[in-house]
Amino acid sequence: MTQLTYREAVREAIRDAMRRDERVFLMGEDVGPYGGAFGVSLGLLEEFGPDRVRDTPLSESAFVGAGIGAALGGLRPIVEIMTVNFSLLALDQIMNNAATLLHMSGGQFNVPLVIRMTTGAGRQLAAQHSHSLEGWYAHIPGLRILTPATVDDARGMLWPALQCPDPVLIFEHGGLYNVTGDTDGSDVDIDTAAVRRTGRDVTVIAYGGTLATALAAADDLAAEGVDAEVIDLRTLRPLDDATILGSVGRTHRAVIVDEGWRSGGIAAEISARISEQALYDLDAPVARVCSAEVPVPYAHHLEQAALPQPDDVVAAARQAVS
Amino acid sequence: MTTTAPAQAAPDTAYRIGLLRQMLRIRRFEERCVELYSATKIRGFMHLYIGEEAVAVGVMSALTPVDAVVSTYREHGHALARGLSMPSVMAEMYGKATGCSHGRGGSMHLFDAGTRFYGGSAIVAGGLPLAVGLALADRMTARPVVTACFFGDGAVAEGEFHECLNLAALWRLPILLCCENNLYAMGTRLDRAQAATNLSERAASYAMTARVVDGMDVLAVADAASDAVAQIRAGHGPYFLELRTYRYRAHSMYDPDRYRDKAEIEQWQQRDPIDALTTHLTDAGELDEATVARLESELADELDAAVEAADRAPVEQVDDLTRFVYRDPAGYGTTG
Repeated sequence: MTQLTYREAVREAIRDAMRRDERVFLMGEDVGPYGGAFGVSLGLLEEFGPDRVRDTPLSESAFVGAGIGAALGGLRPIVEIMTVNFSLLALDQIMNNAATLLHMSGGQFNVPLVIRMTTGAGRQLAAQHSHSLEGWYAHIPGLRILTPATVDDARGMLWPALQCPDPVLIFEHGGLYNVTGDTDGSDVDIDTAAVRRTGRDVTVIAYGGTLATALAAADDLAAEGVDAEVIDLRTLRPLDDATILGSVGRTHRAVIVDEGWRSGGIAAEISARISEQALYDLDAPVARVCSAEVPVPYAHHLEQAALPQPDDVVAAARQAVS
Repeated sequence: MTTTAPAQAAPDTAYRIGLLRQMLRIRRFEERCVELYSATKIRGFMHLYIGEEAVAVGVMSALTPVDAVVSTYREHGHALARGLSMPSVMAEMYGKATGCSHGRGGSMHLFDAGTRFYGGSAIVAGGLPLAVGLALADRMTARPVVTACFFGDGAVAEGEFHECLNLAALWRLPILLCCENNLYAMGTRLDRAQAATNLSERAASYAMTARVVDGMDVLAVADAASDAVAQIRAGHGPYFLELRTYRYRAHSMYDPDRYRDKAEIEQWQQRDPIDALTTHLTDAGELDEATVARLESELADELDAAVEAADRAPVEQVDDLTRFVYRDPAGYGTTG
């Protein structure tokens, strides 16, 4: 086991992939001498050179689409988009090409592409750097959506994602880059959710940046005598229904924690699936703890008020078990 | 000996007649498609290429099988000229299982891995980034391959056009940018959409070679494309061809064509690429009426066979509805 920051874990995953497969290259804005907007790719240029650690102009649509084309051309690109907010400039390419080409071509052209981007709030970066739109992407058939919440997943998800013959989007929560954790550096599965804490009384379902919120809430709940089970979804598409329903079948209560907005979001989807498949197992309505329905504000106290907090999760769980 | 000259001329004549044959083939195919559309055998949007055949035929004649092609929603001509089989294209128009895209794409989304035909994009300029990426892969792996990307004058208004021309030039990519300037983006004439209407000048401003070509003259297009492809293969980076052409028909089958004068259409029809080459070859003594009749007869047979096959072809099984969403077997049938 090695202790790394989440940032180092992503970097080591990229380094390892580029050493293992010469078809793999990294492309994005300032991934080269700058070292990546969040410092993830620092040092990779020196090892792999400017061809494989490829700076791009501020042309999200063109370089994401170029990643799609390069994948069609036999390479295994890792495209870095600074944040999910900027990915909207490339949404056409992600939706209308990456997610659609295999189907439109009758199975002839698959797109083995990995797109990494930062998501999430909490750093006073205001509305155009702070949104959590991974739930939107999870709406799209043809994509796989990964949300590593731990250092081990940050290290271990990339290689399996690169082995996937379909486009994979990896969302790295910006608040996690400095978090440290252990990893043995091996690959992890990208298909299933993980139970991060077992418990009997209530299932708290989280992913990415909200896993820490859920675990903190579970500690607080334990002090009150409420035994919470915490599920880390890990992948938002396809959702691992079996793990979610298995847990809810044991605890009979569910609280979903999502930094995205409540209306039409991934939390709504999970809630619907529980209702469809496990309604009669429930002892309480499914609860959602989501971000307030405002663009994320700048001021610290306003931003924190907009985001799911451990106390909100505790209150929702307390309500569910009461 | 006096046989030297004809012996040298013969291959050129065959080449020119081949170009004529390919243009006629596309014209007759689309004329039949109009009938089949009226007969409701073909549905959805259908964008006809009639009038623009010299562009596809001329450019494709300069490519080799290893090259790649990225097309648009007005792609029947590109597909047939590139070498997709007529039955597979016609069956796709019908939405049948034997269609080149297994009925998932239709007229706007013809794909064929065998001829490296990366399909029609129905998003204007949406194919450009894809073509840049294909060319990037070739450049990074040092393959002597050219990617030809077709788009219309309408694409010049899209941000992706400018992003991609810059990337292609910045990275010196082996890409042939084929701008089919037919003067109209759906119903909006170029000078109503752009303040600067000289498209090749604008391409040249991205630091690449750009050239205007008469898109109604297949020999001129073929020559220009050959020169461009040679430059690209020699490692000189991207090459932009502005191919000035005209579509005789409306934008799509839904378009009442209110935005232009009939006189303008007739004026362009005077320069019809098929008529022009026919006259040119006839005047040069390289073509006679019997040859034209033979060509027409052969093409009619090919077309009849394609239509008959499409009529008979099975449809896809509804059980296979969610096929081709994921290649990963683990994702087969995944609903999310």
